[in-house]
Order: sequence, then structure tokens, then C-alpha cells
Amino acid sequence: MILKGTAHKYGKNVDTDVIIPGRYCNLIDPVELGKHAMEDIDANFVKKAKPGDLIVADTNFGCGSSREVAAVALKGAGVAGVVAKSFARIFYRNCINTGLPIFESAEAVDAIEDGDTITVDAANGIIHNDRTGKEYKATQLPPFMQDLIKMGGLLRYVEKQLAEKQSA
Amino acid sequence: MPRPMTMTEKILAAHSGQAEVSPGDIISIKLDLVMANELSAAVAITEFRKIKGATKVWDPDKIALVPSHFTPNKDIATASLSKMMRDFANEQHITNYFEVGRGGIEHVVLPENGMVGPGETIIGGDSHTTTYGGLGAFATGVGSTDIAAAFATGLMWVRVPPSIKLIYEGKLRPFVSAKDLILRTLGIVGVDGATYCALEYTGPVVKELPISGRFTMANMAIEAGAKNGIFPVDAVAEAYCAAVGKKNYTIYHADPKAEYQNTFTIDCSQIEPQVAIPFLPENTHKNASQLSDIKVDQAVIGTCTNGRIEDMRQAAEILNGRKVHPDVRAIVIPGSQKVYKQCITEGLTEIFIDAGCVVSTPTCGPCVGGHMGVLADGERCISTTNRNFRGRMGHVKSEVYLAGPYVAAASAVAGHICGPEQLRETAHA
Repeated sequence: MILKGTAHKYGKNVDTDVIIPGRYCNLIDPVELGKHAMEDIDANFVKKAKPGDLIVADTNFGCGSSREVAAVALKGAGVAGVVAKSFARIFYRNCINTGLPIFESAEAVDAIEDGDTITVDAANGIIHNDRTGKEYKATQLPPFMQDLIKMGGLLRYVEKQLAEKQSA
Repeated sequence: MPRPMTMTEKILAAHSGQAEVSPGDIISIKLDLVMANELSAAVAITEFRKIKGATKVWDPDKIALVPSHFTPNKDIATASLSKMMRDFANEQHITNYFEVGRGGIEHVVLPENGMVGPGETIIGGDSHTTTYGGLGAFATGVGSTDIAAAFATGLMWVRVPPSIKLIYEGKLRPFVSAKDLILRTLGIVGVDGATYCALEYTGPVVKELPISGRFTMANMAIEAGAKNGIFPVDAVAEAYCAAVGKKNYTIYHADPKAEYQNTFTIDCSQIEPQVAIPFLPENTHKNASQLSDIKVDQAVIGTCTNGRIEDMRQAAEILNGRKVHPDVRAIVIPGSQKVYKQCITEGLTEIFIDAGCVVSTPTCGPCVGGHMGVLADGERCISTTNRNFRGRMGHVKSEVYLAGPYVAAASAVAGHICGPEQLRETAHA
């Protein structure tokens, strides 16, 4: 899968309260959630982000609440993936479980400027900055997590577990 | 002989059927309890319905569903989420569904009902599920898809976390509570200083802490990015289990030669009542006494961090015979129906009302900017909650200052951020 879009760059500790504020957590529809994505850190985000764009951020992206609607809201807003120096752990799990591609690369984040067009080879974790022509390699996910993603997410893995239990 | 292990590693090894585990291992663990509130449950139930082959939950006795965040329902959207959870509880014969009026905030309710205990594995669709580590459990917050998977299987995949040891030494000064210890800890470790790790709280000071204080500290492990926070199990923990009727638990002790990624020794004799200023819980560079120029519009006392009876007593100690400042709304929220009733029995409710406080039914409400105390543009709140992120309690230009019950109550009286001892000095001046 190749992701290509404009990079929207943010700083450290982007928390789930600014990704999707608590006042919208009574919503569960991805499109409705998407209308408020990033609202409290960047009121213009939804207006300027085009489907397929990517978020680029510093360390500890997604810290705070376990609200899975944070990952869902980003997907609902058309965000194709997030490149960050590091991710908070619950958000990280939620992305793997819900299929929002995430990439860890400090070098890429430092080299990407807000508004750059970037191209990401998701399967191989290669991040290409179209402006500079330079490439960066994201930290590889452990094999188990790669398998989860290949299977289509956690629920497909659970179906396999249930089927094995039934036939045992 | 297995390798020397930390408490967290021993619990995870036992629940994955292995003699030993090491940090970084990805394992599947059996869960003792799976919890969700109306917000996380609604999404989890929607996901559960998508799992082919899953019609019934794995064990209706090991799931706890607690309406808490926007309840009693604040609007129609919330009422729909609550209804979805209630209907699911009925359909699946969930034993531990705590209806509004019979429960409260999950992290206060589950321990007082004997539903969490030492050595157990507990996941919850709420990041503050780490609370139960106060009693020596492995407890961690997850998203709704993980909850859906656990509803179906009773299992979860976990990457075994490295452990960080915190050693609390010295002697606590007057009016310094567990909240002050954890805020100071966050100032030292940082909001991502423990990402993916387990925090193990040790040392002579924590041995003296009641379980309520241990819950407060384990609750905010997530604020350092940790997967879980855990306390050694001692006579205090066992007495708590006996009091709430918790039986059949296993006590694990860290091996003397267990490996820690890092160790922090914290001299508690130096700690004064703390305040974390916006917009991160690690911003504890100044004590309450150094922030008297910060006026407050609201004080919130309660929540999963500080909504237990011991917290209510601390607030009442300050508010007894005093009045809330004319420019401040003080909102006291006991964490559960049991705490609410005990406040009445002990005369605390009367103290709060006489002081001019709102006393609310148990809810997470204002902490998540839901209801019962949402902030307007430019307003400031001193709060015993756990997060002071931008817009957390309402308007994006409002501010939250985190503190313990003593400081929140003293500030409500003073009208500005105030340490309990400064309040006394002001009164005598």
C-alpha cells in the first residue's frame, strides 16, 4: 500500500483530547467524529486536510485517554496515516487494532516540514519526502503485529482463535 | 530456575502459562476481569457484533459494565450509548452491571465491591484502569476493539513491559497526600518517561499509605505513559481485601534480583503540596504556595483519582467552618454511591453544603468536559482530576490546574491557588 499526501505537522504530546475532544465522545459514527478531528489543536485541520493526507508529529502522539474514537476520528477525516517520533501505548494498540497505519521515525519527522508532500510505502515502512527526495526507514513492527495487520486487524485474529477453539 | 522477575512479569507469566517472561515478549494472557463504561462499551459492542462466531461473551461473570462518564445521561446521544450497554448487559446476562444509582465511577466502584485483587489481570476500556495496581493487580487501559476481543475470548495480547522502580523515602510533611507524590513523580519521570513500561511503587513511604492513596498513585501511572502501575502487596492490602470481601487471590513479590530499566529515588521530605499547571500533568515545577497569583473560577473535588472517602475527608477538613470564595463554584463529587452515603453518615456532606459547595451524584462528568462543571472561555479550574490537557474540561481556552483535595479545597476558599498551610496563615493574619 502506497500512501501519498500532504504532511500536517504538529509538536510533542498531541493528546487524544485535542485529537477528538471529550464533548464529541458521545458520537460513534466515523464521519461525524471526523468533522471534529484535531479541532482543539488546529481548528482549520478539517478544512485544509484532504483525503489521503498524513499527520506528522513529534514524540508521544496520542497520549492520554483510551478513547478509540481518536483513531476513528482521524480515519473519518480522511487521514491516511501518522508518522511520529513515538506513540503513546494505548493509541498505538488502537491504531493496529483499527487499521490506521502508523510509522515511527525521528529522522523523517525532523526532515519533514508542514505542507511537504510525502509518500509512504506502508508495507516496507519507507517514508519518502517528495520535496527533498530523501528517504527514511520507520522502525519495524514486531512480527506478531505485522501478522495482525496482514490478517485485517484484531477481530480477524479473534475469529481464528474462536475457530481453533471450536475444532479443538 | 526461572529468571528473576518483577511483580508485573510474574503476574503475566502466570496468566500466560509460562514459567518466565521477559520484557519485549509478546504473549497472550488470560484475563480475570474486563471492564467498560458507556463510551468504550458502545464502540466495543459494535465491534463485538462484527466478530464471526461470537454470539455470547466468554464469561458473563468476568465482565463489569459501569455507566459513569456522561451519566446520569447528559443528552440524547449519551442516553443512546448507555442504552446500548444496558441492552447488551441484559442480553448477555452480565452479572456485574452497575446501574446509575447503584454504582458510580468504575475505578471507585470495582475495588469497593471486591472485584479486583492482588495478582489478577484486569483490562478496562478506560485509561485509568491502571488504578487497580494499587492492590497489586496487573491492570491496564485499552481501546474498544481490545475490549470486544476480550468479551469474545477472555484473552489479550500483551507486550511484556520493562519495569521502572520508584522508591519513596523520607517522611511526609503535613497536608502532603498521595496525589502530591504522584504529581511530583510525573514532574520527575515526565509524561512519556514510562511509555510501554510498568511502574513499581516501593519504599517506606508507600508502605504507610492507605489503599485509597495507592489507588490515586496507580491511577495516574498512565500520565507517565505507563502500561501499568503496581504496588507490593502487604498487610494493608490484605486487610482491604478482607474488608471488601475479596477472596481467592495470589500474592506475587518481585524477586530481589529482578531487572529494572530504571530506578528513581524520591525524597518525600522535600515535597510540598503540588500543582500541575496547564497543559501537561508533568508541569509540577511550582508548589501550591508559589502560585497564589492564579485566580480560580471553579474547584472540582472527586473523580477516579480522588473520589474516595479519604479524599472527601481531606476536603472536609479544610472546608469545615469555612466558606467557598464568592467568585468560585466548588463542585464535590463522591466517586460512588457508597462514598456518597458515607459522606452523609460522617457529616461531610453537611460541611460541603454549609461551605457553599455543589455536592453531585457520582459521575466522571467535568473531568472529561462532559457535564456537571464544564468551563467557559478563559475560565480556570483547580481540580483533583488527572489531566490538564488543552480543552479537557470544556472550552479550548479554559485551563485546568491539577492538585490534591487539600489544595483544591483551600483554593476554593481563597479564590486563588493556595496551599492548606497558607490558608491557615491568611485566616490568622
